[in-house]
Amino acid sequence: MIEILLYATIKAGTPLLFATLGAIIMERSGIINLGVEGLMLVGALTGFSVAYTTHSLFLGVMAAFFASMAAGAIHGFICVYLRGNQIVSGLSLTMFGIGITSLFGRSAVGLTIHGFDRTPIPLLSKIPVIGQAVFNHDVLVYFSVALVVCIHLFLYKSRWGLHLRSVGENPAAADTSGVNVNLYRFSAVLIGSGLAGIGGAYLSLAYTPFWVENMSAGRGWIAVALVIFAQWNSTRALAGAYLFGGINAVQLRMQAMGTSLSPHLLMMLPYIFTIIVLIFATMRLEKGSTPEPEALGVPYDREDRK
Amino acid sequence: MIRFEKRKDISKYFAMTAPFVSVLLALTTAGCIMLFAGVNPLKAYMGMFHESLGSVYGITETLVKATPLIFTGLGVSVAFRMKIWNIGADGQLYMGAIGASWVALFSGLTGFAAMIGMFLAAAFCGGLWASVAGFLKAKVRVNEIIVTLLMNYIAAAWVSYLVYGPWKDPKGFNFPITQRFSPDIMLSHFMTYRLNTGFLLAVALVIILYILVEKTIWGYEIKVIGDNPNAAKYAGIKIDRSIIGVMFLSGALAGIAGYVEVAGVQGRLQEGISQGYGYTAIIVAWLAGRSAIGVLIVSVIMAVILVGGDSLQILMQLPVAFVNMFQGLILFFILASDFFIHNKISIRRSGK
Repeated sequence: MIEILLYATIKAGTPLLFATLGAIIMERSGIINLGVEGLMLVGALTGFSVAYTTHSLFLGVMAAFFASMAAGAIHGFICVYLRGNQIVSGLSLTMFGIGITSLFGRSAVGLTIHGFDRTPIPLLSKIPVIGQAVFNHDVLVYFSVALVVCIHLFLYKSRWGLHLRSVGENPAAADTSGVNVNLYRFSAVLIGSGLAGIGGAYLSLAYTPFWVENMSAGRGWIAVALVIFAQWNSTRALAGAYLFGGINAVQLRMQAMGTSLSPHLLMMLPYIFTIIVLIFATMRLEKGSTPEPEALGVPYDREDRK
Repeated sequence: MIRFEKRKDISKYFAMTAPFVSVLLALTTAGCIMLFAGVNPLKAYMGMFHESLGSVYGITETLVKATPLIFTGLGVSVAFRMKIWNIGADGQLYMGAIGASWVALFSGLTGFAAMIGMFLAAAFCGGLWASVAGFLKAKVRVNEIIVTLLMNYIAAAWVSYLVYGPWKDPKGFNFPITQRFSPDIMLSHFMTYRLNTGFLLAVALVIILYILVEKTIWGYEIKVIGDNPNAAKYAGIKIDRSIIGVMFLSGALAGIAGYVEVAGVQGRLQEGISQGYGYTAIIVAWLAGRSAIGVLIVSVIMAVILVGGDSLQILMQLPVAFVNMFQGLILFFILASDFFIHNKISIRRSGK
């Protein structure tokens, strides 16, 4: 029982983890992206379609990454170079993503593929209980955990990471010290959008190997909320994503066991829980030093520099 | 070398034409995407405009769809005034519909009293739903965008719970719908069409909101809070209370949209009564530029696209969600056009 729940937790948390990591990279550069929900859908559909036609899951994931990157580039261009309103642009991206995937997804509805298989890690997967639940997943799960470490090292141990953080904290100062603010921001939006797309591809290639309209079902929004919970920190994002994966796993388990509770009430749980977590995360932010990037959501215009 | 310079005054000519140019460019881009998806865009557009504007029936349907957009658009736009983002009009609409349906089915009121009761219950439920986000924003500074948005999913799940569970019509052949409301508490219709007095109510609210926001001290206060919260604080305006109040009003307006949908169009509570009106309302409010009259005009334009998009489902088997693509593209172009309203392009030889 615990084994099954733990396994389901990680599986349900992984798409959220990819999307949250993507959003963290973008927000660290100072750009809010409320289009994560749309990007996940673009990733899910592209990943599925390419995997279906080429019979290669790897190509599917790559295609998801690049397609979401292309969609995210619209947001990046508007927010970075045209200095447009990031909130409206992000919402537009979500609408655009929902619309365009419903149009192109017509032919993909009802098809199935053979999704990612479990790849046990030698030795570790032999550990009782947690071996099968934690060390016997598909490769994307391992990749997402590796990504957590990479992003942490990138942000805090590399020169590029330092530049990226400075662009999000104080773009004018970064600009003065010779950092190309716009380039950093635009690149961050591209990479972050691509990661959100992989989160979507995880849904259609590993979680449930088929495509249905609107299959992200609000996960993109939960990811945006998780960024605040994670305090813009990739290791905390791992904890946050699995916490939500856990709620989802318990909720699905309860539905499967046939409790007397209505499935519609159980469906509310992840959203209610996100709001509660968000309240506590914000209260904590208000008290101490704030890890929120100082220039988050503020377009940078060199001519306005004081 | 291409350079962008800030204009000293914004270009009035650009500002006037930008929304129309944006819609045209969005339609062109969407046309290219449709071609790519194997859909004939000319046939699609002809169908869309013919269905939404080509007959009396089409025009009444357009106004039926414009009605909830006006209510929710006014709601979002009032919150905008204070720089608060209410992305949850959809959920507030659902809660309003639940409130109105409760009065209609279970309160025992009849006739005119029931109608008033439904209206007030809808406004109250929608307002209360939105003020949760308002309260959290005012007291704890929780991001209202995420809270209002997540509450949409919760509200939609409430409706599902009710229509599949306790409120299901026992004689409804197990369909997830409530009983039909009695005809005497429904809004009256224009001839045999679905157009109802809800539209007139919407127009009346446009006028009321215009006066409230433009001509009263309260309207001035919320504008000051939006533009300069520090100044507002020193002027003695109670910001926290205003945030909660404005969110209540914003949600109440969306709730009334829910009332009109159940009492004017559907005649019962069921799933999917909102076709994402709350999201379209953001476009409406953004395009209307905080003006109540603007909300009315833009709502009708958006309704043309919605009705047209619906008709494509039947004419060309396109999914309903497809109209979201138009809406996204329109907003993208509007955002881009803002840049050109505020900046001018000059081309210079490089090196000089």
